[in-house]
Amino acid sequence: MRHRLFVSGLVLLGLMVLMAIFADLLATHNPVQVRARFRFRPPSFDNFFGTDNFGRDIYTRVVYGARLSISIGFAVVLLTAIAGTAIGLISGYVRRLDNFLMRIMDALMAFPTIILALALSAALGPSAFNIVVALSVVYTPRVARVVRASVLVVREADYVHAAQAVGASNLRIMIEHILPNSMAPLVVQLSFVFAYAVIAEAVLSFLGVGPPPPTPSWGSIIAEGKDYIREAAWITLFPGIAIAMTVLGLNLLGDGLRDVLDPRMNVDNR
Amino acid sequence: MTAGRNLVEVENLVKHFPIRKGFFSSRITGYVQAVDDISFTVARGETLGLVGESGCGKSTTGRLLIRLLDPTSGRIMLNGADLAHIPADELRTKRRDVQIIFQDPFSSLNPRKTVEGIIAEPLIVHRIGTKAERQARVAELLKLVGLAPDHARRYPHEFSGGQRQRIGIARALALNPKFIVCDEPVSALDVSIQAQIINLMRDLQRDLGLTYLFISHNLAVVRHIADRVAVMYLGKIVEMTDKNALYENPKHPYTQALLSAIPIANPDRKRQRVVLTGDVPSPMAPPKGCRFNTRCPVAVQRCREIEPPLVDTGSGHQVACHLVTP
Repeated sequence: MRHRLFVSGLVLLGLMVLMAIFADLLATHNPVQVRARFRFRPPSFDNFFGTDNFGRDIYTRVVYGARLSISIGFAVVLLTAIAGTAIGLISGYVRRLDNFLMRIMDALMAFPTIILALALSAALGPSAFNIVVALSVVYTPRVARVVRASVLVVREADYVHAAQAVGASNLRIMIEHILPNSMAPLVVQLSFVFAYAVIAEAVLSFLGVGPPPPTPSWGSIIAEGKDYIREAAWITLFPGIAIAMTVLGLNLLGDGLRDVLDPRMNVDNR
Repeated sequence: MTAGRNLVEVENLVKHFPIRKGFFSSRITGYVQAVDDISFTVARGETLGLVGESGCGKSTTGRLLIRLLDPTSGRIMLNGADLAHIPADELRTKRRDVQIIFQDPFSSLNPRKTVEGIIAEPLIVHRIGTKAERQARVAELLKLVGLAPDHARRYPHEFSGGQRQRIGIARALALNPKFIVCDEPVSALDVSIQAQIINLMRDLQRDLGLTYLFISHNLAVVRHIADRVAVMYLGKIVEMTDKNALYENPKHPYTQALLSAIPIANPDRKRQRVVLTGDVPSPMAPPKGCRFNTRCPVAVQRCREIEPPLVDTGSGHQVACHLVTP
């Protein structure tokens, strides 16, 4: 059962990634071309998901939106993984720095996520790159905490003591022994960070601090469509489904990874 | 100086763990007196057994000797050098002479490293040999502990507990140490495997001239491998002598109680049980006087007031008890 959910998560995410990679092939129209004559067309064979108030093809825009969301998600995951692992590792192993680093992380976590991301992207200016920076700052503390927690467990393992008894340097112990054995919870956490990043990107674009129009982003498509939701619900519906599917896929993947990587849960129910 | 005969000389070793309270001030509100002023020597090629119940400080002693912990005070002389007070860079080279074998063969091997990576790590850390030389050394060590050289490429989870313990021993031997602290090396193993590992350790001691500090709560195992035995209670050594004197003529009431708890494989034989009541007092607040007085079946008033020193009662049989040494 768990396996099946994990696989469906993998398939959902895989579809979204493929959509992002092959957006150019999958698109049926130009995502930014305004065609006044074709405004508010409902879904049809010509426009699978209908058209918006500028006559742009929603299907094409959703496909290109996947490219933006997935690449922002990946970039955020990469940055938070690097920064969070470094901070968590140092915090968990070098106890003198623990309080200092973790209080900074707590301060960042105390802010409501979206407000902090909003403030950061407003300050940095609207662009995809700045969204990545803002979201990475926001999600690094989560990753750092998870890594630190598992470092605290691993550092007490006897193989770490054995390395200390041999006279191995702290850097060597951290990289050779502690890091590889603290990665499992990190992988799970990163899949959730990916999901949060996709949502947050949509929210920021919806609120208007995302990449400037006419760049297709799921959030901004929904933002533009919200005024016409009674007359042309398809404008908001399809990007909404895309967000939901991506996030669902990532969550299933994360839950599945947790089960696979946690040996205690592998014992039964198989 | 007796450095010729004794490899290890521990003098007045103390380890107190501070207990901190409070968020801002980190006030020290007390100390756990894990090891409180113990002295002993281990002669070259000898095995000193260190026994006692859980929490008596025997593992802490072992970890102090290999400097995984910093002693609060006292001296740890190894070959004439004081491990407790040497600079960090000298300590690094001295670490080649002292190694440890751990209790839990599952937690003592890094699950993400191959056997070769595990055994060769001490060599890499001390920059010994080329890669090919290290591989040869690993193969040699594997043979020495009774494993096959082609086990080197496997991961720890592919081995049984006894085999893992052999890998741990091979790692400890990699740097040709003189002194090995064995921290309950067989307690986590099946009884049938225990004998194999113990015999392996004895063979290695004979062939390589090793000196062991053998920490255990299993008196039968210690009797098998040790030459001399020290009994610890609440951070203190209460009795220390050679094996036969201890097992046949225990003098300290605590040792007597411990030995009377060993089952005898003969249902008809009557034995005198000395049953201790109560728990071990907290090492944060050890009792005044003799530390054993709260549970001692023969304690007198003096035991509650004055702490008995560890005194030689003749032919090296050291006991810390007022009733034995008036």
